[in-house]
Amino acid sequence: MITTFADPFDPLFNLQRALDAHLASEWLRDATTSRGPFPPINVFQQGDDILAIIELPGIEKDKLQIEAKENTIRISGTKATNYEDGASVHRRERASGQFDRTMSIPVKLDPDAIKAEYRDGVLALFLPRAESDKPRSIKIK
Amino acid sequence: MASKQELQVQQKRELEKKGETTVPARAFMPAADIYETTEALKVVLEMPGVDKSNVNVRVEDGVLTVEGRLDFSKYRDLQPLYTEYNIGHYSRSFRLSTKIDQSKIRAEMKDGVLSLALPKAEEAKSRSIQVN
Repeated sequence: MITTFADPFDPLFNLQRALDAHLASEWLRDATTSRGPFPPINVFQQGDDILAIIELPGIEKDKLQIEAKENTIRISGTKATNYEDGASVHRRERASGQFDRTMSIPVKLDPDAIKAEYRDGVLALFLPRAESDKPRSIKIK
Repeated sequence: MASKQELQVQQKRELEKKGETTVPARAFMPAADIYETTEALKVVLEMPGVDKSNVNVRVEDGVLTVEGRLDFSKYRDLQPLYTEYNIGHYSRSFRLSTKIDQSKIRAEMKDGVLSLALPKAEEAKSRSIQVN
């Protein structure tokens, strides 16, 4: 990996950002959601089920882990960017590094029926609602 | 140290249009990495959600223009519950400072990442000059 020092203030700003993120985080509060804000997630409803669409361009499939339990999903992995040896870098905007994100879904999930699809740099998670969690209509006798 | 750091979300930058388009669609600037080797200029762009058949790359008057069109049909029957990012087409142009051999441009799309190799034209390659 090539380290370029395009901006000598970068490490300082990173430290500042890390400190700010800690202050703004849900640490010691009773929220269970994200540990880190990457990757961004859009959540959609599809009938009874939930569909989460996550933008994750350029990830190797074996560097991506998805876990699910009751009503939380966890997405973690590593995003890498490669440059050839001896290249001089003009612009570096793509993010790279590790990520770990947990998200709670307001319904109970059926972990065995979860399907994940990764195509064109977009991860789609089909999160079916657990059968036991679905509302039942009650007949009046 | 830099690689251990937790990833932050990059806000998508909306493209500043020079003129209005006929279709009121949103377009974003894809994040780009550009680096140069002795043989070529390499451009790597992140365009998540764009299929390789919907990518348009061209070099005109020394300006490289990349466009990626998103297929919105997948989102048609979905009801949003919670959203963190917006979606739209991608478009970005770069003015090239070196001469490019247009006939040898190679493009590859994988997992939403477009990699372009723009080989330098023969006259633009650097030569070492012998000092007598």
